[in-house]
Amino acid sequence: MALLDKHKTIEKNASILLVLSLLVVLVGGLVQIVPLFYLQNTIENVQGMRPYTPLELAGRNIYIREGCYVCHSQMVRPMRDEVERYGHYSLAAESMYDHPFQWGSKRTGPDLARVGGKYSNTWHVDHLSNPEAIVPESVMPKYAYLATSELSPDYIDDVMATHRMVGVPYTDDQIANAKADFVAQTLPDGDTSGLLGRYGAKVTVADFDGKPRVSEMDALVAYLQVLGTMVDFSTFTPDASR
Amino acid sequence: MCAKPIKDDTKTKVGTTGHSWDGIEELNNPLPRWWLWTFYLCILFAIGYTIAYPAWPLISGATPGVLGASTRADVEKDIQRFDEMNAPIKSKLAAADLTAIEGDEALRAYALEAGKSLFATNCAQCHGSGAAGVQGLGYPNLLDNDWLYGGAIDAIHATVTHGVRNTVDPDARNVGIYMPAWSDKAVGALADMATAKLTGEQIGEVVHYVLKISGQAADEAKATAGAAIYTDNCVACHGEDGTGNRDLGAPNLTDAIWLFGGDETTLTATLMDGRGGVMPSWGYATEGSPARLSEADIRAVAVYVHSLGGGE
Repeated sequence: MALLDKHKTIEKNASILLVLSLLVVLVGGLVQIVPLFYLQNTIENVQGMRPYTPLELAGRNIYIREGCYVCHSQMVRPMRDEVERYGHYSLAAESMYDHPFQWGSKRTGPDLARVGGKYSNTWHVDHLSNPEAIVPESVMPKYAYLATSELSPDYIDDVMATHRMVGVPYTDDQIANAKADFVAQTLPDGDTSGLLGRYGAKVTVADFDGKPRVSEMDALVAYLQVLGTMVDFSTFTPDASR
Repeated sequence: MCAKPIKDDTKTKVGTTGHSWDGIEELNNPLPRWWLWTFYLCILFAIGYTIAYPAWPLISGATPGVLGASTRADVEKDIQRFDEMNAPIKSKLAAADLTAIEGDEALRAYALEAGKSLFATNCAQCHGSGAAGVQGLGYPNLLDNDWLYGGAIDAIHATVTHGVRNTVDPDARNVGIYMPAWSDKAVGALADMATAKLTGEQIGEVVHYVLKISGQAADEAKATAGAAIYTDNCVACHGEDGTGNRDLGAPNLTDAIWLFGGDETTLTATLMDGRGGVMPSWGYATEGSPARLSEADIRAVAVYVHSLGGGE
C-alpha cells in the first residue's frame, strides 16, 4: 500500500520518528490542558476571595517549607462523608490565588481546606508546639521552634510582587504597605484600619502566639485561620454542569 | 515475541509482511482476534463515553454529556437524601424539652449515636477522643463531675451553643471575664483586669493558701498570710470557701481537679500571668456564615456529653 510505504520512511529514520512522536504528544497535551485556561466555567464566580495578607502569605511559605502538604490535603471532595466532616466541598476559585496550589495528594493528617476558625489561636499554638500533648493519637511532628523563630517582613513585598507576576491581583498600595500590614495583623490593639481597608474587614487580627514580636508561629497560625473562610457561600450557586 | 526460534520460514505457514531488512524478513503474525476486537471495543466505548459524560471543551464550557452527570449535583442529592431520612427525628429532637430527651428512648438512642460522631468530628481535638480533656493545658475533662459552668443538660447545651470567651458570639460565656494577671510586673489586657498588683512574695503566699485549701502540703505561715490576700482579691470569683462560682466559670480550688495544674509552679504561673480558655460558638450564625452545628446537632452533643458520667 502506498500509505504504508510512506510510513516506512518514518520507521526507518529515528530522528523523524522522534520529532513526529513529540508532535503527537504535544497536540494531545495541548488539547487537554489549554482549554482550562480560557474556559469560562473553570473557576467559579464567587464572592469574597481576596489575595492573602502579607502575614498569611508568609505563613503559607512556612506551610510549604515545612512540607505540611505531604500529610495534609487542602481539598474537600464532593462526597457526603467529606462534606459532613469538613464542610462545603472545595471550589477551584478558592485556590485561584495559590501559586502553587496546596491540594496535596495524601491525608496522613486531616484535610485543612476549611480549618480556618475551627480552633482557637491558642489551640493551634499548643497543638503545633506539641501535637501529642493535645491529641495523644497524633503522629504529627512537633513544631515548637516556630514560636521562637522571629520572622522578618524584609522580603515579603518581593514575595507579593512575584505572586503578582503570576496573576495574583496585588495592588501597588498593598505591595507598598506590605511590611506595615505584616506587623499590623499581629497587633489587635494597634491601628489596623490600613490593613482592613486593603484586605477587607474579615481579616483576623490577633497576637496569634501570645508573644511580642512576629514569629513564624504567628504567620503559620494566621494562614491556617484564613483557610477556607473567604468565600461567601450564601451567594454561591453550584453550576450543575460540573 | 517469539518464544521458539524460527529456523525456516516455509515451515511456519504464515506469510511475511514483505518488509525485508538485510535479508531478514518480518513474519506476518496478526494480533489474536480477541485482542483486536477488545481494542476496537475500547475505542467505541471511549467515543460513547465522551457523548454520555462531560468531555469536550468548547468555547465557554465543556459538553455536559447526555446523562447529565455532575459530581456536585450528586453530592447535593446524597446529602439531601440523608437529611430527609433524619429530618423527622431531628425536628423532634430540636423541638423536645431539653430535660425530657433522655427520658424518650428513641430520642436518647439517636442523640447518643449522633452526639458521639459529632463529638469525634468537632470536639475531640480539644477535649480528647475519650472526652478526658488535656490536663495542664486548660482543655477541661468532661468525664468527671467537676463543671466550670454547670453539668446539667441545659447548662451543657448553653455552653456548646455559645462557647466560651470567643470573639464572635455576644452570648458566649465569660466574655471579658478572665483570670487576671496579678503580678505587679504583668502588662496587657489581663493585667488591667486585676484589682490589685501583687508582689512575687504575696503571690507565693496566696499559692500556699490555695495549696492548703486544696488539701496539699503548704507552708502554714505563708498560707495564713495568703488567706488575707485571698479574701481581699479572690473571693469575688472563687468564693469565700474557694469552691468557685459557676456563673463566672471560676473553678473550685478546694478539690484535686485542676484545669492548668495544682502544683506550686503552675499555680504561681496562673496567678502571675492570668488565664482564659476559649471555646468556639457552635450555634452562632450570621448572614453569610451559618452555624457550625444545627440545634438538633448541638442537642445531640449535649446529651452525649451529659451521658459521659459527670452529668448532673
